[in-house]
Amino acid sequence: MTSHVAGSAAPTSPEVGAAPASKRQKNRGLLSRRDMWVLALLLGIPAFVHVFLVWVPTLASVLLSFTSWNGIGGLDRIRFVGIDNYRVLVTTYPPFWPAITHNLIWLGFFMLVATPLGIFFAVLLDKEIRGTRFYQGALYLPVVLSLAIVGFIAQLFLSTDQGLVNGVLGSFGVKPVDWLGNSSLNLWAILIFASWRQVGYVMILYLAGLKGVDPTLREAAKVDGATEVQTFFRIVFPVMRPINIVVLVITVIESLRAFDLAYIINRGLNGLELLSVLVTNNIIGEASRIGFGSAIAVVLLVVAVGPIVLYLTRTLREESR
Amino acid sequence: MTAASAEVATVRVKKKAGIRWTRVVLHAFLFSMAVVWLFPLLYALYTSLRPYADTARLGYVSVGGGYNLDNYIKAFTTGQLGTYFVNTLIVVIPAVFLTLLLASMAAFTISRFSWRFNLAFLMLFTAGNLLPQQVIITPLFRMFLILPLPAPLSDNGIWYDQYFGVIAIHVAFQLGFCTFVLSNYMKTIPHEITEAAVVDGAGVFQIYYKVIMPLVRPAFAALAVLETTWIYNDFFWALLLMTKSERLPITSALNNLKGNFFVDNNLLAAGAIIVALPTMIVFFAAQKQFISGLTLGSTKG
Amino acid sequence: MAAPMTPAPIDAGGTRRTRRIMIRGLVGLSAAALIFSACSSSSASSAPSAAPASQAPASAGQASEAPASADLGATTIRSNEHEKVPAASVKAMVDYCTTKTGVTAPISITNHNDFQDKFNSFMQATPDDIVKWFTGERLRFPARNGLLTAIDDVWATIGANYTDGMAKASQGDDGKKYAVPIVSYPWVVLYRKSFFQEKGYTVPKTWDEFVTLAKKIQGDGIIPLAFADKDGWPAMGTFDVLNMRVNGYQFHADLLAGKEKWTDPKVQAVFKKWAELLPYTQPDPLGRTWQEGAQTWANNKAAMYFLGTFASQQVPPADLADVDFFPFPTLGTQYDAELGIDAPVDAWILSKAPKNLPAAKAMLACFATPEAQLAFLGEDHSQIPASKVTDTSTFTEQQKKMAEIIGASGGVAQYLDRDTRSDFAGAQGMQALLQDFIKNPSQDLAAYTQKIQGVYDSLPAQ
Repeated sequence: MTSHVAGSAAPTSPEVGAAPASKRQKNRGLLSRRDMWVLALLLGIPAFVHVFLVWVPTLASVLLSFTSWNGIGGLDRIRFVGIDNYRVLVTTYPPFWPAITHNLIWLGFFMLVATPLGIFFAVLLDKEIRGTRFYQGALYLPVVLSLAIVGFIAQLFLSTDQGLVNGVLGSFGVKPVDWLGNSSLNLWAILIFASWRQVGYVMILYLAGLKGVDPTLREAAKVDGATEVQTFFRIVFPVMRPINIVVLVITVIESLRAFDLAYIINRGLNGLELLSVLVTNNIIGEASRIGFGSAIAVVLLVVAVGPIVLYLTRTLREESR
Repeated sequence: MTAASAEVATVRVKKKAGIRWTRVVLHAFLFSMAVVWLFPLLYALYTSLRPYADTARLGYVSVGGGYNLDNYIKAFTTGQLGTYFVNTLIVVIPAVFLTLLLASMAAFTISRFSWRFNLAFLMLFTAGNLLPQQVIITPLFRMFLILPLPAPLSDNGIWYDQYFGVIAIHVAFQLGFCTFVLSNYMKTIPHEITEAAVVDGAGVFQIYYKVIMPLVRPAFAALAVLETTWIYNDFFWALLLMTKSERLPITSALNNLKGNFFVDNNLLAAGAIIVALPTMIVFFAAQKQFISGLTLGSTKG
Repeated sequence: MAAPMTPAPIDAGGTRRTRRIMIRGLVGLSAAALIFSACSSSSASSAPSAAPASQAPASAGQASEAPASADLGATTIRSNEHEKVPAASVKAMVDYCTTKTGVTAPISITNHNDFQDKFNSFMQATPDDIVKWFTGERLRFPARNGLLTAIDDVWATIGANYTDGMAKASQGDDGKKYAVPIVSYPWVVLYRKSFFQEKGYTVPKTWDEFVTLAKKIQGDGIIPLAFADKDGWPAMGTFDVLNMRVNGYQFHADLLAGKEKWTDPKVQAVFKKWAELLPYTQPDPLGRTWQEGAQTWANNKAAMYFLGTFASQQVPPADLADVDFFPFPTLGTQYDAELGIDAPVDAWILSKAPKNLPAAKAMLACFATPEAQLAFLGEDHSQIPASKVTDTSTFTEQQKKMAEIIGASGGVAQYLDRDTRSDFAGAQGMQALLQDFIKNPSQDLAAYTQKIQGVYDSLPAQ
C-alpha cells in the first residue's frame, strides 16, 4: 500500500486560485457546442472511471454490509440480514476488538513518535547546514521502498532464530526473544519498522512547508530574543497550519491503511489483527463472508470519514477564497 | 533569503561561538540518525552477499566467510524474478500513462473552465484517493468477476485475473491525487494564455493538447516518478485481483517466494534488495522530481 | 532452499462413514503387476511461470502406446504446487499420463496459500479444466455450490482402483463423485532413529511412557517435541489427535460437522490434556513456521515432531532413511484401540465448464492409476498413493509404515480444516482460536469453548 494522499498536495496559497468570475463567464460564452462536448468528455471519462471503480464499490460495501453471501453464485443468493453482521462483529467475532485496539495503537504510535520525529528532522534539516542533502536522502530513502520490502527487512531483524536482533542480544547472553510470535511484542516491533518509513514521509512534507514560511518571521522572532524552540512553537508551527492538517490527515489515514506489514508477517493473526486485514481475510477464502467483510469495511470507512471531511472542508475553504 | 536586515547579521556574528558548538552537536546527531536509517538496508545488503552456509556456521552477527553474488543469481533463477519484473512493467507503464492522461483531462476542465460543480468533482477525486483500499475491495472483487472484457484485453472474458483489471484500479485510485496536483498546477498558468488561444479560434481540445499540456511537463515529470514508484510498490491490488502466480508483479510475487526462501534469510535479503533496487535508483536519479511531486501544491513551487 | 513439500495446510473433510473402509482399502496391497513409470521427476521445471508453453507435448514416438483416443487434444491443469519438489511431482505425473493418453496439458501454478485463498473466486471465473484440490468437506462445499463437474462416468472405470473409503471421500452431498484422489499421508510423531539410539530413547506407546521419555529428554537439555504454529494451521493436528484419543473418532467428526457442541465438557477435556502436553513442546510456537520447527527437529535440537510425514522433506536427502515415526501415544481411554488419525488426501477435480471435457476426463482417469501416482511420488517418499497399490516393492520402509499405521487406525480423519466448514477453520476462526489457547493454556476453558461455539454459531447457514 502506498502511503500517499492527495492531501500532500494541498493548496496553501489562495492567490493562485481560479481567474476572476467575470473572465470565466466570458470564457464560457466563447465555447461552441462542440467545445462543450469535448469538455464533457474530458471531465466525464476520468470521472466515470473514478466513480465506477471507487465510489460505486464504496456504496456497494455499505449495502452489502447488511447482507449475507458466501460469494458464490449469482446476486440472487444474497440474503438481507439487517444489522446482524454488525451485531456479530461487536459481540462474538474475536479479532474485532483487538483489531480496533491495534489500529488505535498504530495511530497513537504514529502521532506520538513517527510524526513528531519527522517534524523534528524537518526542522533540523531546514537549517540548511552542510551535508543536508545526504541527511535528507538517508532519512527519506525508506519511503521509496514498498511496505512489502519493509516487512521482509523487518523479518531479517526480528526472526527468532536467524534475526539480527536476537543475534546481537544472544552475544550478550540474552535468551532469544520471540519478536514476531509474542502477541504483546510483535505489534510494537513492526511499528518501529513502519515508522522507519513514515518518518521520512512526514519529514519531506514538512520540510517543503517550512521552506514556504516567510523567513522574516523567524528573523523577527530572533531579534526579539526568542529561543529556537519558542520560535518554532509560537511562530512557525501556527503559520504551518495547512501543512499540519495535511500531516495529521496522512497520519490518520496511514494508520487506517496499515495492512502490508501485518499481512506479510503473519497474515494478521496473533497480535497483528488490523481492520484492513480482517476485511481481506473475510472476502478471500473458500467460503468468503462477503456481507460480514463489508461490515468491517464500513467500520473502516466510518472512521476514515472524519479525517477526509476535515481535509475537504479545509480544501473547500482554500478554494472558495 | 529576503532582504533580511543587517541586525540579523550582527546577531549572528555575536553568537558565532555558540553556533559552532550547536552545529557540531547537530551534525553528530543527524549523522548518527542517517546511519541508523540506512542501517536496515545496509544490513540486508550485507546479508545478501553472504552464502547461507557461512551465516549458518558463523551466525548472522559475524564477519568472514565468503562474499559473492550467488544469492542474487539464485533469486533470479529459482525465484523467477525476471518474469515478475516483466509483469511489473506490463502493469506500471500503462497505468502511469493512463493515470496522467486522464488526470490531465480532468484537471484541465476543472482548472481552466468554471462550472458550478468543479469543486464537487475535485472533492470527489480527492476523497476517493483518501479511502482505505479495504473499503472498496469486497464489491470490487465481485465486480471484477462479473464485468465482461473481450480479448485481447482479457483471456478469460472478465476483469479478474487480468493485467487490465489491475491497471484499471490503479488508474482509478491514483486519479484522485494526480488530478488534484495537476489542477493546482494548471491554475498557476495565466488565464491570458488560454484566452489568447480562444480568441485565435482554437477549440477546447487544441487548447488542452497544444497549449496546456506542454506547459505542465514539469508536473508530469514529478508525478510520473512518483506514480511509477507507488504502483511499482503496490502489494495489495495484484495480490487480490490476480490468481495466476505467473502474472503477479514483482512486489506481490516476492511474498510468494517466501515459501521457497523460508529459512534462507540471505536469499530473502537478496530478493528484497533486487526488488528495492529500481525504486532506489529512481530515487537517486530523480530525487528532485520525487520530492517536488510529493510537495507539489503544498508549496506552490 | 530445501523446498518444503506440500504444506498441505488447510484441508478438510473425512466423512465419518468412510473411515474404516477407506483404511482397509489403502492397505489392501495385494499383488499384481505394476508398471512403474520411469519418466520421473528428474528434470521437471520448478517454474511458477510454467505457463502454457512449458509443458512438453506427448512425444510422437510414444503415440503408439497411447490408446485409441490419442487425438483427444489438450486440456489445462492448475496446480498449487509452487515449490520445486512437488512441482516436479505434478509434472512427472502429467508427463506419464500424456504418454498414456495422448492428452497434452499445460500446467499453470498458483502459490499454495494464494490458491486456497482464491479458490472460490478462481473457480467462478474461468478456471483451468483440471484443478488440484482436496477431499472431505472441502470438496463437498464447492460441489454443493455448483463449481465442479461430476465425474461419475470416470469413476465407473477407475472405481476398482480405490477402496470404498476413498470413493466416499470423493463424493459430494448429492452422492456424485467429484474428485480423483492421488496421495495421502498420516500425521505422526516423527523422530530420528540414530538420535534415539544414541541417547537411549525408546518409542513411547502410552501417555505415561511419553511423559517419562519427555522428562528424560528435557533432562538432556533437548526439546522433547518441536512445535510451530505461526501460520495458524499446524496446531490443528494436535487438537485433532487429542480429540480422537480422548473422545473418539465419531465425536470428533460430529463436532467438526456441527452436530456436537464445542461447549460440551468433553471438548474441555481435550484442551486440558493439551495443557499437559505443552510443557514438553517447543516454546514460542507462534513465531515459528512449521518449516523452522522441522529444522529444529531435523537438527536434533528437538527429539520429536508431531506433524504430517511431509516434515521429513526438511531432512537432508542423505539422512532420509534415518527418519522414523510412530502414532501419537494412547491416553488410556476407551478409544485407545481405535487409534484415530489424521490422514489427509490430496485429489484433483474437474472445474464446472471444462473446455475439453473428454481430454480432461481421460487425463483424470489416468491420474487414478497407481502407476500415475507412483510417477507423482517419484523420489518423494513422504506420502503414499491414494489408490490400491498392488506392488509395494517400490515403497520405502517409511511408506510401508505409513500404510500400516493408517490401516491400523479405526478412525481416519482428514484434517480439521478439511473436515469442517472453511470459514470456521480459517484465519479468523479456529486458527486464531487455537493460537489463543496456546498463548494462554490456563485460561477458563468453559469460557474459551463458549467463545469457539459462539464463532461457529455466528456463521451463516450453508
